[in-house]
Amino acid sequence: MATLELIGFGSTGWGALLLLGALTTLAVTATALAIGAVLGTLIAGAKLSGNWLLVAIGNLYTTVFRGVPELLIIYLIYFGGSSAVTAIGVAMGYEGFLGLPSFAAGALAVGIISGAYQAEVFRGAYLAISKGELEAASAIGMHRGLRFRRIIMPQVWRFAIPGLGNVWQLSLKDSALVSVTGLAELMRTSQVAAGSTRQYFLFFIVGGALYLILTSLSDRVFNGAERRANRSMPAAAMGQA
Amino acid sequence: MDFPFLSQTMITLLKAVPMTLALFSASIFFGGVLALLIVWMRVGGNPVLSAIAKGYVFVFRGSPLLIQMFLVFYGLAQFGFIRYSFLWPFLREPFVCAVLSLALCTAGYTAEIFRGGIRAISPREIEAARSIGMSGFLLVRRILAPIAFRHALPAYSTEIVLMMKSTALASLVTVWEVTGVAQRLISQTYRTMEVFLCAAIIYLIVNFIILQGMALLEYSLSRHRRAIPLAPKA
Repeated sequence: MATLELIGFGSTGWGALLLLGALTTLAVTATALAIGAVLGTLIAGAKLSGNWLLVAIGNLYTTVFRGVPELLIIYLIYFGGSSAVTAIGVAMGYEGFLGLPSFAAGALAVGIISGAYQAEVFRGAYLAISKGELEAASAIGMHRGLRFRRIIMPQVWRFAIPGLGNVWQLSLKDSALVSVTGLAELMRTSQVAAGSTRQYFLFFIVGGALYLILTSLSDRVFNGAERRANRSMPAAAMGQA
Repeated sequence: MDFPFLSQTMITLLKAVPMTLALFSASIFFGGVLALLIVWMRVGGNPVLSAIAKGYVFVFRGSPLLIQMFLVFYGLAQFGFIRYSFLWPFLREPFVCAVLSLALCTAGYTAEIFRGGIRAISPREIEAARSIGMSGFLLVRRILAPIAFRHALPAYSTEIVLMMKSTALASLVTVWEVTGVAQRLISQTYRTMEVFLCAAIIYLIVNFIILQGMALLEYSLSRHRRAIPLAPKA
Protein backbone atom coordinates (compact mmCIF):
# COMPACT_ATOMS: atom_id res chain seq x y z
CA MET A 1 0.00 0.00 0.00
CA ALA A 2 2.88 2.34 0.79
CA THR A 3 4.11 1.76 -2.75
CA LEU A 4 0.76 2.74 -4.22
CA GLU A 5 0.73 5.88 -2.12
CA LEU A 6 4.17 6.87 -3.39
CA ILE A 7 3.18 6.74 -7.04
CA GLY A 8 -0.40 7.89 -6.40
CA PHE A 9 -1.90 11.36 -6.54
CA GLY A 10 -2.16 12.03 -2.80
CA SER A 11 -0.15 14.63 -0.93
CA THR A 12 2.78 12.21 -0.51
CA GLY A 13 2.43 10.77 -4.01
CA TRP A 14 4.57 11.55 -7.05
CA GLY A 15 1.85 10.63 -9.58
CA ALA A 16 0.94 14.16 -10.61
CA LEU A 17 4.58 15.22 -10.97
CA LEU A 18 5.38 12.13 -13.04
CA LEU A 19 2.45 12.85 -15.37
CA LEU A 20 3.59 16.46 -15.65
CA GLY A 21 7.06 15.12 -16.50
CA ALA A 22 5.58 12.91 -19.20
CA LEU A 23 3.79 15.94 -20.68
CA THR A 24 7.05 17.92 -20.60
CA THR A 25 8.77 15.04 -22.40
CA LEU A 26 6.07 15.17 -25.08
CA ALA A 27 6.42 18.94 -25.35
CA VAL A 28 10.23 18.77 -25.70
CA THR A 29 9.95 16.04 -28.33
CA ALA A 30 7.25 17.84 -30.32
CA THR A 31 9.24 21.11 -30.30
CA ALA A 32 12.38 19.22 -31.27
CA LEU A 33 10.58 17.48 -34.12
CA ALA A 34 9.31 20.83 -35.43
CA ILE A 35 12.82 22.36 -35.27
CA GLY A 36 14.18 19.22 -36.90
CA ALA A 37 11.58 19.39 -39.68
CA VAL A 38 12.75 22.90 -40.66
CA LEU A 39 16.45 21.96 -40.45
CA GLY A 40 15.84 18.62 -42.14
CA THR A 41 14.02 20.24 -45.07
CA LEU A 42 16.85 22.76 -45.55
CA ILE A 43 19.54 20.10 -45.34
CA ALA A 44 17.68 17.71 -47.64
CA GLY A 45 17.27 20.59 -50.10
CA ALA A 46 20.99 21.35 -49.87
CA LYS A 47 21.91 17.71 -50.46
CA LEU A 48 19.61 17.47 -53.50
CA SER A 49 20.60 20.87 -54.93
CA GLY A 50 23.52 19.63 -57.03
CA ASN A 51 25.65 22.61 -55.97
CA TRP A 52 28.88 21.09 -54.64
CA LEU A 53 29.24 23.51 -51.74
CA LEU A 54 25.66 22.97 -50.53
CA VAL A 55 26.01 19.20 -50.95
CA ALA A 56 29.23 19.27 -48.89
CA ILE A 57 27.56 21.32 -46.14
CA GLY A 58 24.60 18.93 -46.10
CA ASN A 59 26.86 15.88 -45.91
CA LEU A 60 28.93 17.45 -43.13
CA TYR A 61 25.78 18.20 -41.13
CA THR A 62 24.30 14.72 -41.39
CA THR A 63 27.65 13.01 -40.75
CA VAL A 64 28.51 15.06 -37.67
CA PHE A 65 25.08 15.05 -36.02
CA ARG A 66 24.48 11.36 -36.66
CA GLY A 67 28.02 10.33 -35.75
CA VAL A 68 28.58 12.16 -32.46
CA PRO A 69 26.88 11.04 -29.21
CA GLU A 70 23.62 12.85 -28.45
CA LEU A 71 24.79 13.59 -24.92
CA LEU A 72 27.81 15.49 -26.24
CA ILE A 73 25.59 17.58 -28.53
CA ILE A 74 23.31 18.44 -25.60
CA TYR A 75 26.36 19.54 -23.59
CA LEU A 76 27.51 21.65 -26.56
CA ILE A 77 24.18 23.45 -26.92
CA TYR A 78 23.54 23.86 -23.20
CA PHE A 79 26.99 24.95 -22.04
CA GLY A 80 27.97 26.63 -25.32
CA GLY A 81 24.64 28.44 -25.52
CA SER A 82 24.92 29.55 -21.92
CA SER A 83 28.40 30.99 -22.40
CA ALA A 84 27.21 32.76 -25.57
CA VAL A 85 24.26 34.25 -23.67
CA THR A 86 26.60 35.28 -20.84
CA ALA A 87 28.94 36.96 -23.34
CA ILE A 88 26.01 38.89 -24.82
CA GLY A 89 24.93 39.82 -21.28
CA VAL A 90 28.41 41.12 -20.46
CA ALA A 91 28.45 43.13 -23.70
CA MET A 92 25.15 44.68 -22.68
CA GLY A 93 26.46 45.55 -19.25
CA TYR A 94 25.10 42.64 -17.18
CA GLU A 95 27.71 41.01 -14.96
CA GLY A 96 27.56 37.35 -14.02
CA PHE A 97 26.48 34.03 -15.44
CA LEU A 98 23.34 33.72 -17.56
CA GLY A 99 21.99 30.26 -18.24
CA LEU A 100 20.10 29.21 -21.34
CA PRO A 101 16.58 28.04 -20.43
CA SER A 102 16.88 24.25 -20.22
CA PHE A 103 13.68 23.62 -22.21
CA ALA A 104 14.90 25.74 -25.14
CA ALA A 105 18.43 24.29 -25.02
CA GLY A 106 17.14 20.72 -24.81
CA ALA A 107 14.58 21.09 -27.57
CA LEU A 108 17.16 22.81 -29.79
CA ALA A 109 19.77 20.08 -29.19
CA VAL A 110 17.35 17.19 -29.81
CA GLY A 111 15.95 19.14 -32.76
CA ILE A 112 19.37 19.55 -34.36
CA ILE A 113 19.97 15.80 -34.01
CA SER A 114 16.53 14.88 -35.36
CA GLY A 115 17.12 17.34 -38.23
CA ALA A 116 20.01 15.18 -39.41
CA TYR A 117 17.81 12.06 -39.41
CA GLN A 118 14.83 13.90 -40.94
CA ALA A 119 17.03 15.22 -43.75
CA GLU A 120 17.74 11.63 -44.78
CA VAL A 121 14.04 10.73 -44.49
CA PHE A 122 12.99 13.68 -46.68
CA ARG A 123 15.74 12.99 -49.19
CA GLY A 124 14.66 9.37 -49.51
CA ALA A 125 11.02 10.44 -49.85
CA TYR A 126 11.87 12.94 -52.59
CA LEU A 127 13.85 10.34 -54.50
CA ALA A 128 10.85 7.98 -54.26
CA ILE A 129 8.71 10.32 -56.37
CA SER A 130 8.58 8.97 -59.88
CA LYS A 131 10.55 11.02 -62.41
CA GLY A 132 7.64 10.83 -64.83
CA GLU A 133 5.39 12.86 -62.54
CA LEU A 134 7.98 15.63 -62.22
CA GLU A 135 8.46 15.69 -65.98
CA ALA A 136 4.69 15.69 -66.57
CA ALA A 137 4.33 18.67 -64.23
CA SER A 138 7.02 20.59 -66.11
CA ALA A 139 5.53 19.54 -69.43
CA ILE A 140 2.19 21.19 -68.73
CA GLY A 141 4.02 24.36 -67.76
CA MET A 142 4.06 24.28 -63.95
CA HIS A 143 6.85 26.49 -62.66
CA ARG A 144 9.05 25.40 -59.77
CA GLY A 145 7.01 26.79 -56.89
CA LEU A 146 3.75 25.36 -58.12
CA ARG A 147 5.35 22.00 -58.88
CA PHE A 148 6.83 21.92 -55.38
CA ARG A 149 3.47 22.74 -53.77
CA ARG A 150 1.20 20.54 -55.87
CA ILE A 151 3.36 17.56 -56.83
CA ILE A 152 6.38 17.27 -54.55
CA MET A 153 5.16 18.28 -51.08
CA PRO A 154 2.07 16.04 -50.84
CA GLN A 155 4.02 12.99 -51.97
CA VAL A 156 7.10 13.66 -49.86
CA TRP A 157 4.89 13.84 -46.78
CA ARG A 158 3.22 10.57 -47.65
CA PHE A 159 6.45 8.71 -48.30
CA ALA A 160 8.09 10.27 -45.25
CA ILE A 161 5.51 9.26 -42.62
CA PRO A 162 7.03 5.86 -41.70
CA GLY A 163 10.51 7.40 -41.47
CA LEU A 164 9.20 10.33 -39.44
CA GLY A 165 7.59 7.84 -37.06
CA ASN A 166 11.03 6.32 -36.47
CA VAL A 167 12.60 9.75 -35.95
CA TRP A 168 9.86 10.64 -33.45
CA GLN A 169 10.56 7.48 -31.44
CA LEU A 170 14.29 8.23 -31.56
CA SER A 171 13.76 11.83 -30.41
CA LEU A 172 11.39 10.72 -27.64
CA LYS A 173 14.15 8.53 -26.25
CA ASP A 174 16.82 11.19 -26.85
CA SER A 175 14.73 13.67 -24.88
CA ALA A 176 15.53 11.62 -21.76
CA LEU A 177 19.09 12.91 -22.08
CA VAL A 178 17.85 16.49 -21.71
CA SER A 179 17.47 15.57 -18.02
CA VAL A 180 21.19 16.41 -17.62
CA THR A 181 20.30 20.10 -18.03
CA GLY A 182 17.94 19.86 -15.05
CA LEU A 183 14.71 20.17 -17.04
CA ALA A 184 11.96 18.39 -15.09
CA GLU A 185 10.87 16.02 -17.83
CA LEU A 186 9.95 12.38 -17.20
CA MET A 187 13.50 11.08 -16.75
CA ARG A 188 14.51 13.90 -14.40
CA THR A 189 11.29 13.63 -12.37
CA SER A 190 11.75 9.86 -11.91
CA GLN A 191 15.34 10.52 -10.85
CA VAL A 192 14.33 13.15 -8.29
CA ALA A 193 11.48 10.99 -6.98
CA ALA A 194 13.81 7.99 -6.74
CA GLY A 195 16.48 9.98 -4.95
CA SER A 196 14.25 11.65 -2.39
CA THR A 197 12.27 8.51 -1.46
CA ARG A 198 15.21 6.08 -1.86
CA GLN A 199 12.87 3.88 -3.94
CA TYR A 200 15.13 3.78 -7.01
CA PHE A 201 13.83 0.55 -8.47
CA LEU A 202 10.16 1.52 -8.12
CA PHE A 203 10.45 4.96 -9.71
CA PHE A 204 12.68 3.90 -12.59
CA ILE A 205 10.25 1.07 -13.36
CA VAL A 206 7.32 3.52 -13.26
CA GLY A 207 9.23 6.04 -15.39
CA GLY A 208 10.14 3.32 -17.87
CA ALA A 209 6.51 2.17 -18.02
CA LEU A 210 5.37 5.73 -18.78
CA TYR A 211 7.94 5.90 -21.61
CA LEU A 212 6.58 2.59 -22.95
CA ILE A 213 3.07 4.07 -22.92
CA LEU A 214 4.30 7.15 -24.79
CA THR A 215 6.17 5.13 -27.43
CA SER A 216 3.38 2.63 -28.04
CA LEU A 217 0.71 5.35 -28.22
CA SER A 218 2.76 7.37 -30.71
CA ASP A 219 3.30 4.19 -32.71
CA ARG A 220 -0.49 3.95 -33.09
CA VAL A 221 -0.80 7.60 -34.08
CA PHE A 222 1.80 7.21 -36.82
CA ASN A 223 0.23 3.98 -38.09
CA GLY A 224 -3.10 5.80 -38.29
CA ALA A 225 -1.51 8.73 -40.10
CA GLU A 226 0.12 6.36 -42.56
CA ARG A 227 -3.20 4.66 -43.31
CA ARG A 228 -4.91 8.01 -43.74
CA ALA A 229 -2.19 9.41 -46.00
CA ASN A 230 -2.36 6.29 -48.16
CA ARG A 231 -6.14 6.10 -48.36
CA SER A 232 -6.09 7.13 -52.02
CA MET A 233 -3.54 4.47 -52.92
CA PRO A 234 -4.62 1.07 -54.21
CA ALA A 235 -4.43 -1.58 -51.51
CA ALA A 236 -1.65 -3.47 -53.29
CA ALA A 237 0.67 -0.46 -53.33
CA MET A 238 0.19 0.23 -49.62
CA GLY A 239 2.46 -2.57 -48.59
CA GLN A 240 5.32 -1.02 -50.51
CA ALA A 241 4.82 2.58 -49.48
CA MET B 1 43.02 29.14 -32.36
CA ASP B 2 44.72 28.08 -29.15
CA PHE B 3 46.74 25.10 -30.30
CA PRO B 4 48.41 24.20 -26.98
CA PHE B 5 44.96 23.99 -25.36
CA LEU B 6 43.58 21.94 -28.25
CA SER B 7 46.44 19.45 -28.20
CA GLN B 8 46.28 19.18 -24.39
CA THR B 9 42.54 18.50 -24.62
CA MET B 10 43.05 15.96 -27.38
CA ILE B 11 45.65 14.07 -25.32
CA THR B 12 43.37 14.02 -22.25
CA LEU B 13 40.45 12.76 -24.33
CA LEU B 14 42.53 10.15 -26.16
CA LYS B 15 43.45 8.63 -22.80
CA ALA B 16 39.73 7.87 -22.31
CA VAL B 17 39.34 6.14 -25.69
CA PRO B 18 40.33 2.65 -24.38
CA MET B 19 37.46 2.87 -21.86
CA THR B 20 34.98 3.79 -24.60
CA LEU B 21 36.22 0.93 -26.78
CA ALA B 22 36.04 -1.52 -23.87
CA LEU B 23 32.43 -0.53 -23.15
CA PHE B 24 31.62 -0.79 -26.84
CA SER B 25 33.16 -4.18 -27.54
CA ALA B 26 31.92 -5.84 -24.35
CA SER B 27 28.35 -4.66 -24.89
CA ILE B 28 28.35 -5.59 -28.59
CA PHE B 29 29.61 -9.08 -27.73
CA PHE B 30 27.18 -9.82 -24.88
CA GLY B 31 24.34 -8.06 -26.68
CA GLY B 32 24.94 -10.17 -29.77
CA VAL B 33 24.88 -13.44 -27.79
CA LEU B 34 21.69 -12.41 -26.01
CA ALA B 35 20.13 -11.32 -29.32
CA LEU B 36 20.77 -14.80 -30.78
CA LEU B 37 18.96 -16.34 -27.82
CA ILE B 38 16.01 -13.95 -28.22
CA VAL B 39 15.75 -14.59 -31.96
CA TRP B 40 15.80 -18.31 -31.32
CA MET B 41 12.95 -17.89 -28.81
CA ARG B 42 11.06 -15.61 -31.19
CA VAL B 43 11.15 -17.81 -34.29
CA GLY B 44 11.36 -21.21 -32.59
CA GLY B 45 7.62 -21.85 -32.81
CA ASN B 46 6.91 -22.18 -29.08
CA PRO B 47 4.16 -19.59 -28.40
CA VAL B 48 5.22 -18.93 -24.78
CA LEU B 49 8.89 -18.35 -25.63
CA SER B 50 7.86 -16.27 -28.63
CA ALA B 51 5.65 -14.04 -26.45
CA ILE B 52 8.49 -13.58 -23.94
CA ALA B 53 10.84 -12.56 -26.74
CA LYS B 54 8.25 -10.12 -28.12
CA GLY B 55 7.80 -8.60 -24.68
CA TYR B 56 11.56 -8.24 -24.25
CA VAL B 57 11.93 -6.43 -27.55
CA PHE B 58 8.95 -4.16 -26.76
CA VAL B 59 10.32 -3.14 -23.36
CA PHE B 60 13.93 -2.56 -24.32
CA ARG B 61 13.21 -0.79 -27.61
CA GLY B 62 10.38 1.29 -26.18
CA SER B 63 12.13 2.94 -23.24
CA PRO B 64 15.22 5.15 -23.16
CA LEU B 65 18.58 3.52 -22.47
CA LEU B 66 19.29 6.04 -19.72
CA ILE B 67 16.38 4.88 -17.57
CA GLN B 68 17.42 1.24 -18.10
CA MET B 69 20.96 2.11 -17.04
CA PHE B 70 19.78 3.92 -13.91
CA LEU B 71 17.49 0.99 -13.12
CA VAL B 72 20.48 -1.35 -13.18
CA PHE B 73 22.91 1.01 -11.44
CA TYR B 74 20.71 2.52 -8.70
CA GLY B 75 17.72 0.15 -8.71
CA LEU B 76 19.47 -3.18 -8.14
CA ALA B 77 21.56 -1.87 -5.25
CA GLN B 78 18.36 -1.16 -3.36
CA PHE B 79 17.71 -4.85 -2.71
CA GLY B 80 19.44 -6.50 0.22
CA PHE B 81 19.46 -9.92 -1.40
CA ILE B 82 21.50 -8.54 -4.29
CA ARG B 83 23.87 -6.60 -2.04
CA TYR B 84 24.57 -9.76 -0.03
CA SER B 85 24.75 -12.15 -3.00
CA PHE B 86 27.86 -13.36 -4.80
CA LEU B 87 26.96 -11.01 -7.69
CA TRP B 88 27.50 -7.84 -5.66
CA PRO B 89 31.28 -7.54 -6.21
CA PHE B 90 30.45 -7.33 -9.95
CA LEU B 91 27.26 -5.28 -9.82
CA ARG B 92 28.93 -2.73 -7.56
CA GLU B 93 31.21 -1.75 -10.43
CA PRO B 94 29.86 1.08 -12.62
CA PHE B 95 31.59 -0.47 -15.65
CA VAL B 96 29.74 -3.77 -15.21
CA CYS B 97 26.41 -1.97 -14.77
CA ALA B 98 27.03 0.11 -17.90
CA VAL B 99 27.95 -2.93 -20.00
CA LEU B 100 25.00 -4.89 -18.63
CA SER B 101 22.46 -2.21 -19.53
CA LEU B 102 24.07 -1.45 -22.91
CA ALA B 103 24.04 -5.17 -23.77
CA LEU B 104 20.44 -5.68 -22.61
CA CYS B 105 19.32 -2.71 -24.69
CA THR B 106 21.20 -3.51 -27.89
CA ALA B 107 20.03 -7.13 -27.69
CA GLY B 108 16.44 -5.95 -28.24
CA TYR B 109 17.36 -3.97 -31.37
CA THR B 110 19.79 -6.59 -32.67
CA ALA B 111 17.25 -9.38 -32.24
CA GLU B 112 14.82 -7.55 -34.55
CA ILE B 113 17.59 -6.96 -37.09
CA PHE B 114 18.57 -10.64 -37.08
CA ARG B 115 14.91 -11.65 -37.36
CA GLY B 116 14.60 -9.43 -40.43
CA GLY B 117 17.64 -11.20 -41.88
CA ILE B 118 16.04 -14.60 -41.27
CA ARG B 119 12.78 -13.51 -42.87
CA ALA B 120 14.66 -12.45 -45.98
CA ILE B 121 15.83 -16.03 -46.63
CA SER B 122 13.97 -17.52 -49.56
CA PRO B 123 11.94 -20.57 -48.49
CA ARG B 124 13.24 -22.38 -51.56
CA GLU B 125 16.75 -22.48 -50.14
CA ILE B 126 15.46 -24.07 -46.96
CA GLU B 127 13.38 -26.53 -48.99
CA ALA B 128 16.40 -27.41 -51.12
CA ALA B 129 18.50 -28.02 -48.02
CA ARG B 130 15.79 -30.18 -46.47
CA SER B 131 15.33 -32.14 -49.68
CA ILE B 132 18.94 -33.28 -49.60
CA GLY B 133 18.45 -34.34 -45.99
CA MET B 134 19.86 -31.40 -44.02
CA SER B 135 18.10 -30.69 -40.76
CA GLY B 136 18.57 -29.07 -37.39
CA PHE B 137 21.91 -27.56 -36.56
CA LEU B 138 23.49 -28.33 -39.93
CA LEU B 139 20.72 -26.41 -41.68
CA VAL B 140 21.27 -23.43 -39.38
CA ARG B 141 25.03 -23.52 -39.72
CA ARG B 142 25.28 -23.99 -43.46
CA ILE B 143 22.15 -22.26 -44.83
CA LEU B 144 20.23 -20.09 -42.35
CA ALA B 145 22.98 -18.35 -40.39
CA PRO B 146 25.24 -17.29 -43.29
CA ILE B 147 22.38 -15.98 -45.45
CA ALA B 148 20.60 -14.27 -42.57
CA PHE B 149 23.79 -12.63 -41.34
CA ARG B 150 24.55 -11.29 -44.81
CA HIS B 151 21.05 -9.85 -45.16
CA ALA B 152 21.21 -8.33 -41.66
CA LEU B 153 24.65 -6.77 -42.08
CA PRO B 154 23.68 -3.26 -43.38
CA ALA B 155 21.13 -2.72 -40.59
CA TYR B 156 23.50 -4.27 -38.07
CA SER B 157 26.28 -1.82 -38.91
CA THR B 158 23.86 1.06 -38.26
CA GLU B 159 23.03 -0.47 -34.89
CA ILE B 160 26.71 -0.85 -34.04
CA VAL B 161 27.32 2.85 -34.72
CA LEU B 162 24.30 3.75 -32.56
CA MET B 163 25.82 1.56 -29.84
CA MET B 164 29.15 3.39 -30.12
CA LYS B 165 27.28 6.64 -29.48
CA SER B 166 25.31 5.09 -26.62
CA THR B 167 28.49 4.33 -24.69
CA ALA B 168 28.48 8.07 -23.92
CA LEU B 169 25.67 7.47 -21.41
CA ALA B 170 28.03 5.42 -19.25
CA SER B 171 29.52 8.73 -18.11
CA LEU B 172 26.26 9.38 -16.22
CA VAL B 173 26.89 6.30 -14.06
CA THR B 174 30.46 7.50 -13.34
CA VAL B 175 32.41 5.55 -15.97
CA TRP B 176 35.11 7.91 -17.27
CA GLU B 177 34.91 7.46 -21.01
CA VAL B 178 35.37 10.11 -23.70
CA THR B 179 32.11 12.05 -23.22
CA GLY B 180 32.44 12.01 -19.44
CA VAL B 181 35.98 13.38 -19.61
CA ALA B 182 34.85 15.96 -22.18
CA GLN B 183 32.03 17.09 -19.90
CA ARG B 184 34.46 17.46 -17.02
CA LEU B 185 36.80 19.54 -19.20
CA ILE B 186 33.90 21.73 -20.35
CA SER B 187 32.76 22.45 -16.81
CA GLN B 188 36.35 23.18 -15.72
CA THR B 189 37.33 25.45 -18.62
CA TYR B 190 34.03 26.66 -20.09
CA ARG B 191 35.61 26.32 -23.53
CA THR B 192 32.73 24.29 -24.89
CA MET B 193 33.45 24.55 -28.59
CA GLU B 194 37.09 23.43 -28.49
CA VAL B 195 36.44 20.45 -26.22
CA PHE B 196 33.38 19.48 -28.23
CA LEU B 197 35.38 19.61 -31.49
CA CYS B 198 38.10 17.32 -30.12
CA ALA B 199 35.60 14.79 -28.74
CA ALA B 200 33.52 14.93 -31.93
CA ILE B 201 36.58 14.24 -34.08
CA ILE B 202 37.43 11.19 -31.94
CA TYR B 203 33.90 9.77 -32.25
CA LEU B 204 33.71 10.50 -35.99
CA ILE B 205 37.03 8.74 -36.62
CA VAL B 206 36.04 5.69 -34.56
CA ASN B 207 32.65 5.48 -36.29
CA PHE B 208 34.29 5.89 -39.68
CA ILE B 209 36.64 3.00 -38.94
CA ILE B 210 33.72 0.84 -37.74
CA LEU B 211 31.70 1.58 -40.89
CA GLN B 212 34.68 0.86 -43.14
CA GLY B 213 35.26 -2.42 -41.33
CA MET B 214 31.64 -3.42 -41.73
CA ALA B 215 31.66 -2.48 -45.42
CA LEU B 216 34.76 -4.62 -45.89
CA LEU B 217 33.05 -7.51 -44.12
CA GLU B 218 29.98 -7.10 -46.31
CA TYR B 219 32.17 -7.03 -49.40
CA SER B 220 34.05 -10.17 -48.46
CA LEU B 221 30.84 -12.03 -47.55
CA SER B 222 29.21 -11.33 -50.91
CA ARG B 223 31.99 -12.60 -53.11
CA HIS B 224 29.65 -14.95 -54.97
CA ARG B 225 27.40 -12.06 -55.95
CA ARG B 226 30.05 -10.01 -57.66
CA ALA B 227 30.68 -10.20 -61.35
CA ILE B 228 33.88 -11.99 -62.22
CA PRO B 229 36.47 -9.21 -62.40
CA LEU B 230 38.01 -8.49 -65.76
CA ALA B 231 41.60 -9.46 -66.16
CA PRO B 232 43.78 -6.48 -65.19
CA LYS B 233 45.20 -4.63 -68.12
CA ALA B 234 48.85 -5.20 -68.69
